[in-house]
Amino acid sequence: MSSDFKPNIVGFLCNWCSYAGADLAGSSKMEVKPYLSVIRVMCSSRINSNLVLTALLWGADGVLIAGCHPGDCHYEQGNYYARRRFALLKKIMETLKLEPDRLQLSWVSASEGKRYAEVVNKFSDEITKMGPNPIHKNPKI
Amino acid sequence: MAKALKINKNTEEGLLQLLEFLLDSEKVEGIFSLKKLNKNGNIAYSLITNKDELKGAVPLDPHMPVNAGKILSHFTLAEKTKRPVAAVLRPCELRAFVELIKRAQGSLENILLISLSCGGVFPIDTMNNGDAKKRSSSYAESLKKAENSPDVRKTCQSCDNFLPQLADMTVLTVGKKDADKECIIYLNTKQGENFAKDAPGNTISAEIESSETEKLKSKRKENKEKLFKDFEKTGNGISGFSRVFAACLGCHGCGEACPICYCTLCDFDSKTCEYKPESYESELEHKGGLKIPPGTLFYHLGRMSHMAVSCVACGMCSDVCPVNIPVADVFTKVGAALQDVFQYSPGKDIEEPVPSGTFKEEEFKEVGEH
Repeated sequence: MSSDFKPNIVGFLCNWCSYAGADLAGSSKMEVKPYLSVIRVMCSSRINSNLVLTALLWGADGVLIAGCHPGDCHYEQGNYYARRRFALLKKIMETLKLEPDRLQLSWVSASEGKRYAEVVNKFSDEITKMGPNPIHKNPKI
Repeated sequence: MAKALKINKNTEEGLLQLLEFLLDSEKVEGIFSLKKLNKNGNIAYSLITNKDELKGAVPLDPHMPVNAGKILSHFTLAEKTKRPVAAVLRPCELRAFVELIKRAQGSLENILLISLSCGGVFPIDTMNNGDAKKRSSSYAESLKKAENSPDVRKTCQSCDNFLPQLADMTVLTVGKKDADKECIIYLNTKQGENFAKDAPGNTISAEIESSETEKLKSKRKENKEKLFKDFEKTGNGISGFSRVFAACLGCHGCGEACPICYCTLCDFDSKTCEYKPESYESELEHKGGLKIPPGTLFYHLGRMSHMAVSCVACGMCSDVCPVNIPVADVFTKVGAALQDVFQYSPGKDIEEPVPSGTFKEEEFKEVGEH
Protein backbone atom coordinates (compact mmCIF):
# COMPACT_ATOMS: atom_id res chain seq x y z
CA MET A 1 0.00 0.00 0.00
CA SER A 2 1.45 3.33 -0.97
CA SER A 3 1.35 6.05 1.65
CA ASP A 4 -0.35 8.49 -0.70
CA PHE A 5 -3.36 6.23 -1.14
CA LYS A 6 -6.51 8.30 -1.46
CA PRO A 7 -9.57 6.15 -0.85
CA ASN A 8 -12.72 6.35 -2.87
CA ILE A 9 -15.69 6.15 -0.51
CA VAL A 10 -19.34 6.17 -1.48
CA GLY A 11 -21.62 7.89 1.01
CA PHE A 12 -25.37 7.38 0.94
CA LEU A 13 -26.86 10.21 3.02
CA CYS A 14 -30.50 10.47 3.94
CA ASN A 15 -32.07 13.68 2.74
CA TRP A 16 -33.67 14.74 6.01
CA CYS A 17 -30.96 14.20 8.61
CA SER A 18 -27.51 13.25 7.42
CA TYR A 19 -27.47 15.31 4.22
CA ALA A 20 -28.55 18.33 6.24
CA GLY A 21 -25.88 17.41 8.80
CA ALA A 22 -23.30 17.43 6.00
CA ASP A 23 -24.60 20.79 4.90
CA LEU A 24 -24.23 22.14 8.42
CA ALA A 25 -20.67 20.83 8.64
CA GLY A 26 -19.92 22.69 5.43
CA SER A 27 -21.59 25.95 6.34
CA SER A 28 -19.87 25.83 9.74
CA LYS A 29 -16.57 25.54 7.84
CA MET A 30 -15.57 22.30 9.53
CA GLU A 31 -12.76 20.31 8.08
CA VAL A 32 -14.06 17.18 6.38
CA LYS A 33 -11.85 14.77 4.47
CA PRO A 34 -12.53 14.88 0.74
CA TYR A 35 -12.77 11.17 -0.04
CA LEU A 36 -16.52 10.76 0.26
CA SER A 37 -18.64 10.85 -2.92
CA VAL A 38 -22.04 11.77 -1.59
CA ILE A 39 -25.23 10.31 -3.01
CA ARG A 40 -28.37 11.85 -1.58
CA VAL A 41 -31.22 9.43 -0.96
CA MET A 42 -34.65 10.20 0.46
CA CYS A 43 -34.27 7.68 3.28
CA SER A 44 -31.62 5.28 4.55
CA SER A 45 -34.13 2.50 3.86
CA ARG A 46 -33.78 3.33 0.15
CA ILE A 47 -30.40 1.59 0.32
CA ASN A 48 -30.66 -2.02 -0.68
CA SER A 49 -27.92 -4.60 -0.79
CA ASN A 50 -27.58 -4.28 -4.57
CA LEU A 51 -26.54 -0.63 -4.31
CA VAL A 52 -23.89 -1.38 -1.70
CA LEU A 53 -22.61 -4.44 -3.55
CA THR A 54 -22.46 -2.50 -6.80
CA ALA A 55 -20.29 0.14 -5.14
CA LEU A 56 -17.96 -2.39 -3.54
CA LEU A 57 -17.68 -4.79 -6.49
CA TRP A 58 -17.11 -1.97 -8.95
CA GLY A 59 -14.20 -0.69 -6.88
CA ALA A 60 -15.27 1.61 -4.04
CA ASP A 61 -12.90 1.32 -1.07
CA GLY A 62 -15.66 1.92 1.43
CA VAL A 63 -19.40 2.53 1.73
CA LEU A 64 -20.92 4.78 4.36
CA ILE A 65 -24.66 4.83 4.94
CA ALA A 66 -25.95 7.63 7.14
CA GLY A 67 -29.49 8.29 8.32
CA CYS A 68 -31.63 9.74 11.09
CA HIS A 69 -31.23 8.36 14.60
CA PRO A 70 -33.62 5.52 15.51
CA GLY A 71 -36.97 7.00 16.45
CA ASP A 72 -36.32 10.19 14.45
CA CYS A 73 -36.89 8.89 10.92
CA HIS A 74 -38.75 11.34 8.69
CA TYR A 75 -40.81 8.37 7.54
CA GLU A 76 -41.06 7.04 11.11
CA GLN A 77 -39.78 3.50 10.51
CA GLY A 78 -37.41 3.65 7.53
CA ASN A 79 -34.18 3.59 9.48
CA TYR A 80 -35.27 0.52 11.46
CA TYR A 81 -35.56 -1.37 8.17
CA ALA A 82 -32.26 0.11 7.02
CA ARG A 83 -30.62 -1.14 10.22
CA ARG A 84 -31.88 -4.69 9.59
CA ARG A 85 -30.69 -4.68 5.98
CA PHE A 86 -27.34 -3.35 7.05
CA ALA A 87 -27.00 -6.04 9.73
CA LEU A 88 -27.88 -8.68 7.14
CA LEU A 89 -25.36 -7.54 4.55
CA LYS A 90 -22.69 -7.01 7.17
CA LYS A 91 -23.18 -10.58 8.40
CA ILE A 92 -22.84 -11.93 4.86
CA MET A 93 -19.57 -10.01 4.47
CA GLU A 94 -18.37 -11.24 7.85
CA THR A 95 -19.21 -14.86 7.07
CA LEU A 96 -17.42 -14.79 3.73
CA LYS A 97 -14.55 -12.64 5.08
CA LEU A 98 -15.26 -9.95 2.51
CA GLU A 99 -13.71 -7.17 4.64
CA PRO A 100 -16.89 -6.12 6.43
CA ASP A 101 -15.14 -3.07 7.87
CA ARG A 102 -15.48 -1.40 4.49
CA LEU A 103 -19.19 -0.99 5.20
CA GLN A 104 -20.47 1.35 7.90
CA LEU A 105 -23.80 2.71 9.03
CA SER A 106 -23.88 5.87 11.15
CA TRP A 107 -26.73 7.89 12.58
CA VAL A 108 -26.21 11.62 11.95
CA SER A 109 -28.98 14.13 12.62
CA ALA A 110 -29.49 17.47 10.87
CA SER A 111 -28.04 19.35 13.84
CA GLU A 112 -24.96 17.16 14.14
CA GLY A 113 -22.60 18.89 11.72
CA LYS A 114 -19.73 18.19 14.08
CA ARG A 115 -20.61 14.52 14.33
CA TYR A 116 -20.85 14.31 10.53
CA ALA A 117 -17.29 15.64 10.20
CA GLU A 118 -16.06 13.23 12.87
CA VAL A 119 -17.78 10.22 11.29
CA VAL A 120 -16.44 10.96 7.82
CA ASN A 121 -12.92 11.75 9.03
CA LYS A 122 -12.73 8.64 11.19
CA PHE A 123 -14.13 6.35 8.50
CA SER A 124 -11.78 7.91 5.91
CA ASP A 125 -8.80 7.24 8.18
CA GLU A 126 -9.88 3.66 8.77
CA ILE A 127 -10.31 2.98 5.05
CA THR A 128 -7.00 4.66 4.24
CA LYS A 129 -5.38 2.38 6.77
CA MET A 130 -7.06 -0.69 5.24
CA GLY A 131 -5.74 0.21 1.83
CA PRO A 132 -7.38 -0.27 -1.55
CA ASN A 133 -10.33 -2.59 -2.06
CA PRO A 134 -8.83 -6.00 -2.97
CA ILE A 135 -11.19 -6.10 -5.95
CA HIS A 136 -8.57 -3.93 -7.69
CA LYS A 137 -6.14 -6.80 -7.50
CA ASN A 138 -8.74 -9.03 -9.17
CA PRO A 139 -9.92 -6.74 -11.91
CA LYS A 140 -11.40 -9.51 -14.00
CA ILE A 141 -14.26 -10.48 -11.68
CA MET B 1 -46.85 -39.14 23.11
CA ALA B 2 -48.11 -38.54 19.64
CA LYS B 3 -50.74 -40.59 17.90
CA ALA B 4 -49.65 -42.77 15.03
CA LEU B 5 -51.13 -45.11 12.51
CA LYS B 6 -49.57 -48.56 12.32
CA ILE B 7 -50.01 -50.51 9.11
CA ASN B 8 -48.72 -54.04 8.63
CA LYS B 9 -47.15 -53.45 5.23
CA ASN B 10 -43.79 -52.12 4.17
CA THR B 11 -43.38 -48.40 4.58
CA GLU B 12 -44.09 -47.33 1.01
CA GLU B 13 -47.01 -49.73 0.56
CA GLY B 14 -48.44 -48.63 3.88
CA LEU B 15 -48.34 -45.01 2.79
CA LEU B 16 -49.85 -45.89 -0.59
CA GLN B 17 -52.64 -47.75 1.18
CA LEU B 18 -53.38 -44.63 3.20
CA LEU B 19 -53.32 -42.47 0.06
CA GLU B 20 -55.67 -44.90 -1.67
CA PHE B 21 -57.98 -44.78 1.32
CA LEU B 22 -58.00 -40.98 1.24
CA LEU B 23 -58.98 -41.01 -2.45
CA ASP B 24 -61.49 -43.84 -2.08
CA SER B 25 -63.26 -42.31 0.87
CA GLU B 26 -63.32 -38.98 -1.00
CA LYS B 27 -61.59 -37.31 1.90
CA VAL B 28 -59.26 -35.82 -0.66
CA GLU B 29 -59.85 -35.01 -4.30
CA GLY B 30 -56.28 -35.51 -5.39
CA ILE B 31 -52.86 -36.75 -4.42
CA PHE B 32 -49.66 -34.81 -5.06
CA SER B 33 -46.80 -37.25 -5.11
CA LEU B 34 -43.76 -38.45 -7.02
CA LYS B 35 -44.72 -40.86 -9.76
CA LYS B 36 -42.82 -43.09 -12.16
CA LEU B 37 -42.82 -41.81 -15.72
CA ASN B 38 -41.36 -44.91 -17.34
CA LYS B 39 -39.44 -48.07 -16.62
CA ASN B 40 -36.07 -46.30 -16.71
CA GLY B 41 -36.61 -44.96 -13.26
CA ASN B 42 -37.52 -41.43 -14.33
CA ILE B 43 -39.88 -39.83 -11.89
CA ALA B 44 -41.70 -36.54 -11.60
CA TYR B 45 -44.15 -34.87 -9.30
CA SER B 46 -47.70 -35.59 -10.39
CA LEU B 47 -51.24 -34.74 -9.42
CA ILE B 48 -53.35 -37.84 -9.22
CA THR B 49 -57.13 -37.96 -8.99
CA ASN B 50 -57.78 -41.45 -10.33
CA LYS B 51 -57.14 -44.53 -8.21
CA ASP B 52 -55.58 -46.41 -11.13
CA GLU B 53 -53.07 -43.63 -11.66
CA LEU B 54 -51.92 -44.15 -8.08
CA LYS B 55 -50.31 -47.43 -9.12
CA GLY B 56 -47.09 -45.88 -10.37
CA ALA B 57 -46.83 -43.46 -7.44
CA VAL B 58 -43.54 -43.63 -5.55
CA PRO B 59 -44.07 -41.07 -2.77
CA LEU B 60 -40.90 -42.05 -0.91
CA ASP B 61 -38.56 -42.26 -3.90
CA PRO B 62 -35.26 -40.59 -2.92
CA HIS B 63 -35.14 -38.04 -5.74
CA MET B 64 -36.11 -34.39 -5.84
CA PRO B 65 -36.76 -33.50 -9.49
CA VAL B 66 -37.82 -30.05 -8.32
CA ASN B 67 -38.46 -28.54 -4.92
CA ALA B 68 -42.12 -29.41 -4.33
CA GLY B 69 -42.61 -26.30 -2.20
CA LYS B 70 -42.23 -24.25 -5.35
CA ILE B 71 -44.74 -26.41 -7.24
CA LEU B 72 -47.34 -26.27 -4.46
CA SER B 73 -46.90 -22.51 -4.37
CA HIS B 74 -47.63 -22.24 -8.11
CA PHE B 75 -50.56 -24.57 -7.60
CA THR B 76 -52.16 -22.46 -4.86
CA LEU B 77 -50.97 -18.99 -5.85
CA ALA B 78 -53.99 -17.72 -7.75
CA GLU B 79 -56.45 -19.27 -5.32
CA LYS B 80 -56.61 -22.06 -2.76
CA THR B 81 -57.59 -25.52 -3.97
CA LYS B 82 -61.33 -25.99 -3.83
CA ARG B 83 -61.17 -29.61 -2.71
CA PRO B 84 -58.66 -31.15 -0.32
CA VAL B 85 -55.42 -32.44 -1.77
CA ALA B 86 -52.94 -34.67 0.04
CA ALA B 87 -49.34 -33.70 -0.73
CA VAL B 88 -46.37 -35.91 0.07
CA LEU B 89 -43.20 -33.88 0.32
CA ARG B 90 -39.84 -33.85 2.08
CA PRO B 91 -39.16 -31.63 5.10
CA CYS B 92 -37.09 -29.07 3.18
CA GLU B 93 -39.80 -28.84 0.53
CA LEU B 94 -42.35 -28.27 3.25
CA ARG B 95 -40.18 -25.53 4.76
CA ALA B 96 -39.90 -23.92 1.34
CA PHE B 97 -43.69 -24.03 0.91
CA VAL B 98 -44.15 -22.34 4.27
CA GLU B 99 -41.59 -19.65 3.41
CA LEU B 100 -43.43 -18.98 0.14
CA ILE B 101 -46.80 -18.76 1.89
CA LYS B 102 -45.27 -16.16 4.22
CA ARG B 103 -44.44 -14.19 1.08
CA ALA B 104 -48.07 -14.45 -0.12
CA GLN B 105 -47.11 -17.00 -2.76
CA GLY B 106 -49.53 -19.78 -1.89
CA SER B 107 -52.05 -21.14 0.55
CA LEU B 108 -52.08 -24.02 3.01
CA GLU B 109 -55.83 -24.24 2.97
CA ASN B 110 -57.28 -27.57 1.85
CA ILE B 111 -53.85 -29.17 1.70
CA LEU B 112 -53.07 -32.18 3.81
CA LEU B 113 -49.33 -32.14 4.37
CA ILE B 114 -47.71 -35.55 4.54
CA SER B 115 -43.99 -35.57 5.12
CA LEU B 116 -41.37 -38.00 6.35
CA SER B 117 -38.29 -38.32 8.46
CA CYS B 118 -35.92 -37.79 5.61
CA GLY B 119 -32.88 -39.82 4.65
CA GLY B 120 -31.97 -37.43 1.86
CA VAL B 121 -32.20 -37.70 -1.92
CA PHE B 122 -29.89 -38.67 -4.77
CA PRO B 123 -28.52 -35.97 -7.07
CA ILE B 124 -30.84 -35.36 -10.06
CA ASP B 125 -28.22 -36.17 -12.64
CA THR B 126 -28.01 -39.75 -11.36
CA MET B 127 -31.71 -40.36 -11.99
CA ASN B 128 -31.04 -42.10 -15.28
CA ASN B 129 -28.10 -44.16 -14.06
CA GLY B 130 -28.62 -47.87 -14.45
CA ASP B 131 -27.76 -48.61 -10.83
CA ALA B 132 -31.06 -47.29 -9.47
CA LYS B 133 -32.07 -50.62 -7.94
CA LYS B 134 -28.75 -51.21 -6.26
CA ARG B 135 -28.61 -47.70 -4.92
CA SER B 136 -32.17 -47.90 -3.63
CA SER B 137 -31.50 -51.04 -1.66
CA SER B 138 -28.31 -49.68 -0.10
CA TYR B 139 -30.23 -46.47 0.65
CA ALA B 140 -32.94 -48.50 2.40
CA GLU B 141 -30.34 -50.35 4.47
CA SER B 142 -28.68 -47.08 5.55
CA LEU B 143 -32.07 -45.68 6.52
CA LYS B 144 -32.82 -48.66 8.73
CA LYS B 145 -29.56 -48.16 10.58
CA ALA B 146 -30.15 -44.39 10.76
CA GLU B 147 -26.97 -43.79 8.82
CA ASN B 148 -26.17 -41.53 5.91
CA SER B 149 -26.36 -43.20 2.54
CA PRO B 150 -23.14 -42.39 0.67
CA ASP B 151 -25.09 -41.82 -2.55
CA VAL B 152 -27.26 -38.94 -1.37
CA ARG B 153 -26.47 -35.29 -2.04
CA LYS B 154 -23.77 -33.62 -0.01
CA THR B 155 -26.34 -31.13 1.24
CA CYS B 156 -28.57 -33.96 2.48
CA GLN B 157 -25.66 -35.65 4.23
CA SER B 158 -25.15 -32.53 6.29
CA CYS B 159 -28.82 -31.70 6.92
CA ASP B 160 -29.76 -31.98 10.59
CA ASN B 161 -33.26 -30.62 9.96
CA PHE B 162 -34.75 -33.84 8.62
CA LEU B 163 -37.80 -34.10 10.87
CA PRO B 164 -40.71 -32.10 9.40
CA GLN B 165 -42.12 -29.37 11.60
CA LEU B 166 -45.54 -28.45 10.26
CA ALA B 167 -46.63 -31.70 8.63
CA ASP B 168 -50.09 -33.11 9.41
CA MET B 169 -48.67 -36.61 9.05
CA THR B 170 -45.10 -37.85 9.20
CA VAL B 171 -43.98 -41.17 7.78
CA LEU B 172 -41.26 -42.79 9.83
CA THR B 173 -38.29 -43.92 7.76
CA VAL B 174 -35.12 -43.02 9.68
CA GLY B 175 -34.06 -45.84 11.97
CA LYS B 176 -37.10 -47.95 11.11
CA LYS B 177 -35.53 -51.39 11.31
CA ASP B 178 -38.63 -53.33 10.25
CA ALA B 179 -39.52 -50.99 7.38
CA ASP B 180 -40.11 -54.07 5.21
CA LYS B 181 -42.92 -55.26 7.46
CA GLU B 182 -44.42 -52.28 9.15
CA CYS B 183 -45.36 -48.71 8.37
CA ILE B 184 -45.71 -46.02 11.03
CA ILE B 185 -47.37 -42.73 10.14
CA TYR B 186 -47.48 -40.12 12.89
CA LEU B 187 -50.60 -37.98 13.11
CA ASN B 188 -49.22 -34.65 14.28
CA THR B 189 -52.25 -32.40 13.97
CA LYS B 190 -56.01 -32.50 14.44
CA GLN B 191 -56.35 -32.31 10.66
CA GLY B 192 -54.04 -35.30 10.29
CA GLU B 193 -56.11 -37.28 12.79
CA ASN B 194 -59.37 -36.39 11.07
CA PHE B 195 -58.13 -37.50 7.69
CA ALA B 196 -56.75 -40.75 9.05
CA LYS B 197 -59.99 -41.60 10.85
CA ASP B 198 -61.30 -45.01 9.76
CA ALA B 199 -58.15 -45.64 7.72
CA PRO B 200 -57.00 -49.27 7.70
CA GLY B 201 -54.44 -49.95 10.41
CA ASN B 202 -54.17 -49.60 14.17
CA THR B 203 -53.82 -46.39 16.09
CA ILE B 204 -50.93 -46.45 18.54
CA SER B 205 -49.03 -43.83 20.47
CA ALA B 206 -45.38 -43.32 19.79
CA GLU B 207 -42.70 -40.64 19.73
CA ILE B 208 -41.04 -39.64 16.51
CA GLU B 209 -37.79 -38.59 18.11
CA SER B 210 -35.72 -41.55 19.16
CA SER B 211 -32.14 -42.45 19.88
CA GLU B 212 -31.93 -43.36 16.17
CA THR B 213 -33.01 -39.95 14.93
CA GLU B 214 -30.66 -38.35 17.48
CA LYS B 215 -27.84 -40.49 16.16
CA LEU B 216 -28.39 -39.34 12.60
CA LYS B 217 -28.85 -35.76 13.72
CA SER B 218 -25.52 -35.62 15.50
CA LYS B 219 -23.75 -37.30 12.59
CA ARG B 220 -25.20 -34.78 10.18
CA LYS B 221 -24.39 -31.86 12.47
CA GLU B 222 -20.82 -33.06 12.43
CA ASN B 223 -20.88 -33.22 8.61
CA LYS B 224 -22.34 -29.74 8.43
CA GLU B 225 -19.62 -28.26 10.60
CA LYS B 226 -17.02 -29.99 8.47
CA LEU B 227 -18.64 -28.72 5.27
CA PHE B 228 -18.58 -25.15 6.56
CA LYS B 229 -14.98 -25.47 7.72
CA ASP B 230 -13.92 -26.92 4.38
CA PHE B 231 -15.46 -23.98 2.61
CA GLU B 232 -13.43 -21.58 4.74
CA LYS B 233 -10.24 -23.23 3.54
CA THR B 234 -10.88 -22.24 -0.06
CA GLY B 235 -13.75 -19.81 -0.21
CA ASN B 236 -12.82 -16.97 2.13
CA GLY B 237 -12.25 -13.43 0.99
CA ILE B 238 -12.92 -11.92 -2.39
CA SER B 239 -10.23 -14.06 -4.01
CA GLY B 240 -11.61 -17.26 -2.47
CA PHE B 241 -15.17 -16.37 -3.32
CA SER B 242 -14.28 -15.60 -6.92
CA ARG B 243 -12.36 -18.87 -7.10
CA VAL B 244 -15.40 -20.87 -5.92
CA PHE B 245 -17.62 -19.18 -8.50
CA ALA B 246 -14.96 -18.94 -11.21
CA ALA B 247 -16.71 -21.34 -13.56
CA CYS B 248 -20.10 -19.62 -13.25
CA LEU B 249 -21.82 -19.32 -16.63
CA GLY B 250 -24.27 -16.73 -15.39
CA CYS B 251 -27.17 -19.01 -16.36
CA HIS B 252 -29.07 -18.14 -13.16
CA GLY B 253 -30.16 -21.79 -12.95
CA CYS B 254 -29.53 -21.82 -9.19
CA GLY B 255 -32.03 -19.01 -8.75
CA GLU B 256 -34.54 -20.70 -11.05
CA ALA B 257 -34.33 -23.92 -9.03
CA CYS B 258 -34.30 -22.12 -5.68
CA PRO B 259 -37.73 -22.35 -4.03
CA ILE B 260 -37.23 -19.09 -2.15
CA CYS B 261 -36.41 -17.10 -5.30
CA TYR B 262 -39.99 -16.49 -6.34
CA CYS B 263 -39.80 -13.08 -8.07
CA THR B 264 -41.46 -13.16 -11.49
CA LEU B 265 -38.83 -10.75 -12.73
CA CYS B 266 -35.56 -11.20 -10.90
CA ASP B 267 -33.57 -8.00 -10.28
CA PHE B 268 -30.61 -9.62 -11.94
CA ASP B 269 -32.53 -10.49 -15.10
CA SER B 270 -34.02 -7.02 -15.33
CA LYS B 271 -32.91 -3.99 -17.34
CA THR B 272 -31.19 -2.61 -14.23
CA CYS B 273 -28.54 -5.29 -14.38
CA GLU B 274 -28.28 -5.53 -18.15
CA TYR B 275 -24.84 -4.83 -19.59
CA LYS B 276 -24.96 -2.23 -22.32
CA PRO B 277 -21.99 -1.23 -24.48
CA GLU B 278 -21.37 1.78 -22.26
CA SER B 279 -21.35 -0.43 -19.14
CA TYR B 280 -18.53 -2.51 -20.62
CA GLU B 281 -16.78 0.64 -21.68
CA SER B 282 -16.90 2.39 -18.33
CA GLU B 283 -15.87 -0.71 -16.45
CA LEU B 284 -12.98 -1.43 -18.78
CA GLU B 285 -11.86 2.14 -18.44
CA HIS B 286 -10.86 1.68 -14.83
CA LYS B 287 -10.36 -2.08 -14.65
CA GLY B 288 -8.51 -2.70 -17.87
CA GLY B 289 -10.00 -6.20 -18.11
CA LEU B 290 -13.32 -7.86 -17.51
CA LYS B 291 -14.52 -11.42 -17.02
CA ILE B 292 -17.22 -12.42 -19.47
CA PRO B 293 -20.03 -12.96 -18.67
CA PRO B 294 -19.75 -10.07 -16.20
CA GLY B 295 -21.59 -9.64 -12.93
CA THR B 296 -21.58 -13.26 -11.80
CA LEU B 297 -20.25 -12.47 -8.30
CA PHE B 298 -22.70 -9.60 -8.04
CA TYR B 299 -25.49 -12.04 -8.88
CA HIS B 300 -24.53 -14.57 -6.23
CA LEU B 301 -23.91 -12.03 -3.48
CA GLY B 302 -27.05 -10.13 -4.40
CA ARG B 303 -29.23 -13.23 -4.53
CA MET B 304 -27.73 -14.26 -1.21
CA SER B 305 -28.70 -10.98 0.41
CA HIS B 306 -32.24 -11.46 -0.88
CA MET B 307 -32.97 -15.04 0.10
CA ALA B 308 -30.26 -16.67 2.23
CA VAL B 309 -31.98 -15.78 5.51
CA SER B 310 -34.83 -18.05 4.38
CA CYS B 311 -32.59 -20.73 2.84
CA VAL B 312 -34.19 -24.10 3.60
CA ALA B 313 -30.99 -25.98 2.71
CA CYS B 314 -32.64 -28.18 0.08
CA GLY B 315 -29.56 -28.25 -2.14
CA MET B 316 -31.41 -27.73 -5.44
CA CYS B 317 -28.96 -24.96 -6.44
CA SER B 318 -25.93 -27.26 -6.28
CA ASP B 319 -27.90 -30.02 -7.95
CA VAL B 320 -28.81 -28.03 -11.03
CA CYS B 321 -25.51 -26.18 -11.48
CA PRO B 322 -24.19 -27.19 -14.92
CA VAL B 323 -20.60 -26.53 -13.90
CA ASN B 324 -20.77 -28.20 -10.47
CA ILE B 325 -20.24 -25.14 -8.31
CA PRO B 326 -21.07 -26.07 -4.69
CA VAL B 327 -23.61 -23.24 -4.50
CA ALA B 328 -25.52 -24.83 -1.63
CA ASP B 329 -22.40 -25.09 0.55
CA VAL B 330 -22.02 -21.31 0.43
CA PHE B 331 -25.70 -20.50 0.73
CA THR B 332 -26.40 -22.88 3.61
CA LYS B 333 -23.35 -21.57 5.46
CA VAL B 334 -24.34 -17.93 5.02
CA GLY B 335 -27.98 -18.85 5.63
CA ALA B 336 -27.13 -20.46 8.97
CA ALA B 337 -25.14 -17.38 10.01
CA LEU B 338 -28.00 -15.03 9.08
CA GLN B 339 -30.64 -17.22 10.72
CA ASP B 340 -28.55 -17.08 13.86
CA VAL B 341 -28.41 -13.26 13.79
CA PHE B 342 -32.17 -12.92 13.36
CA GLN B 343 -33.06 -15.94 15.52
CA TYR B 344 -35.06 -17.25 12.59
CA SER B 345 -35.88 -20.79 11.51
CA PRO B 346 -37.18 -20.96 7.95
CA GLY B 347 -40.40 -22.92 7.60
CA LYS B 348 -40.86 -23.47 11.32
CA ASP B 349 -43.69 -21.11 12.14
CA ILE B 350 -46.11 -19.84 9.54
CA GLU B 351 -47.02 -16.80 11.66
CA GLU B 352 -43.45 -15.62 12.11
CA PRO B 353 -42.66 -12.75 9.72
CA VAL B 354 -39.73 -12.92 7.30
CA PRO B 355 -36.78 -11.01 8.89
CA SER B 356 -36.38 -8.48 6.08
CA GLY B 357 -40.03 -7.48 6.28
CA THR B 358 -40.10 -6.55 9.94
CA PHE B 359 -38.05 -4.98 12.73
CA LYS B 360 -37.92 -4.47 16.46
CA GLU B 361 -37.15 -1.07 17.90
CA GLU B 362 -34.94 -2.55 20.58
CA GLU B 363 -32.41 -4.45 18.48
CA PHE B 364 -28.95 -3.93 16.97
CA LYS B 365 -28.43 -1.09 19.44
CA GLU B 366 -24.71 -0.92 18.68
CA VAL B 367 -25.31 -0.40 14.94
CA GLY B 368 -24.99 3.20 13.76
CA GLU B 369 -23.27 4.54 16.85
CA HIS B 370 -19.80 4.65 15.26
